[in-house]
Amino acid sequence: MKTFAILLRRDLAILLPGGARGSAFLPLIFFLLVAVLYPFAVGPEPSLLARTGGGVLWVAALLASILPLDRLVASDREAGVFDQLALRGISEEIAMTARLVAHWLSFGPLILIATLPAAALLSLNGQTFWRLLASLLAGTPGLAAIGLITSALLASLRGGTALAGLLLAPIAVPLVIFGAGHLARDDISGALFAGAFSLVLCAIAPFAAAAAIRAARD
Amino acid sequence: MQARLSATDLACRKGDRLLFRQLDLDLGPGDMLHVRGPNGVGKTSLMRILAGLARPFAGTIERSDEVGMIDGRHALDPDRKLGDALRFWARLDGGVDISEPMRRLGIDTLTDIPVGYLSTGQKQRGVIARLLLRPRPIWLLDEAFAGLDTASQDLLADLVSEHCKAGGLCAFVSHQPVDLPARVLDLAEYA
Repeated sequence: MKTFAILLRRDLAILLPGGARGSAFLPLIFFLLVAVLYPFAVGPEPSLLARTGGGVLWVAALLASILPLDRLVASDREAGVFDQLALRGISEEIAMTARLVAHWLSFGPLILIATLPAAALLSLNGQTFWRLLASLLAGTPGLAAIGLITSALLASLRGGTALAGLLLAPIAVPLVIFGAGHLARDDISGALFAGAFSLVLCAIAPFAAAAAIRAARD
Repeated sequence: MQARLSATDLACRKGDRLLFRQLDLDLGPGDMLHVRGPNGVGKTSLMRILAGLARPFAGTIERSDEVGMIDGRHALDPDRKLGDALRFWARLDGGVDISEPMRRLGIDTLTDIPVGYLSTGQKQRGVIARLLLRPRPIWLLDEAFAGLDTASQDLLADLVSEHCKAGGLCAFVSHQPVDLPARVLDLAEYA
């Protein structure tokens, strides 16, 4: 547990906004940019924006979650961090669990906060805004988990980031269907399904990512 | 400490090439081994196999204790200050003080410099300081002398001989001649 806290502290120092790698605001800016550009593209008619805006923000959140992936695992692998951890008897699973938490914290909360100005830009009503917030809260951990798995899988490849998007998108389709579907239905089943899918992915991700790192080792 | 590192009938395969085979090794307390051989003969692979980071194609390895390893990669966060980057490893090693190893390596003045701004040799000295954080009986040094100035090379040689006098053992890869009473293993003989 103490080891986990030490690892998480380092991951947060590197990944969080103001942290060492310093690209943490990119997903937030990307997300807001979509909200700003979308009315220009489809026209400012409020009813159209209100009907389609929530789904667009969901797609924006998915694409924004791809942005931090290029250095999420690859740079530590190149620098031999995982080897030094292994020599100290620290498993890749613990390291990847800490990385998953830090990765979500680096973009999830920011996107949730940005949902408020984005909803205003797309003239979403109050109910849709709360539904969007709930479904993003349920779905973004799943996006973080898929992101971690793909970036661990591609860590040993050069220029794997472009591939990361291609690999991530199909697995994320159920999250988008249920998460964005939650906006259109009156019950909460969509958010619950998205949340369940997120939980499963978060449970798998540390093991899958750890296995990917070990497989790339020798 | 009763350090021991032994390998029996070791073989290593990379792709479809057998790099070395029938390698036997037995190192006890105080032993030094200088692994040599031309490029591509499998020195780094041997070190990684001995450290347990890679699986041998054949053969078995026994290690008595924890391994301290230096390889070609520094594993220090380039965007963080050297002090912070080392302190992370010190915390994992049980919250030890980093100032003494840093002073020993002559990098105590570099604490506040980001790792990315340091020269190769300065980074390498940071890596050696990490090795000293906690006593680890088995040292595996892969090209640890590379990139160091003469004074630092001598210092590392001193550290290795102190380590072995205290009952540790050390296997190192180096292309340069090293002034240590080490047994020489020419890996090319096992190809």
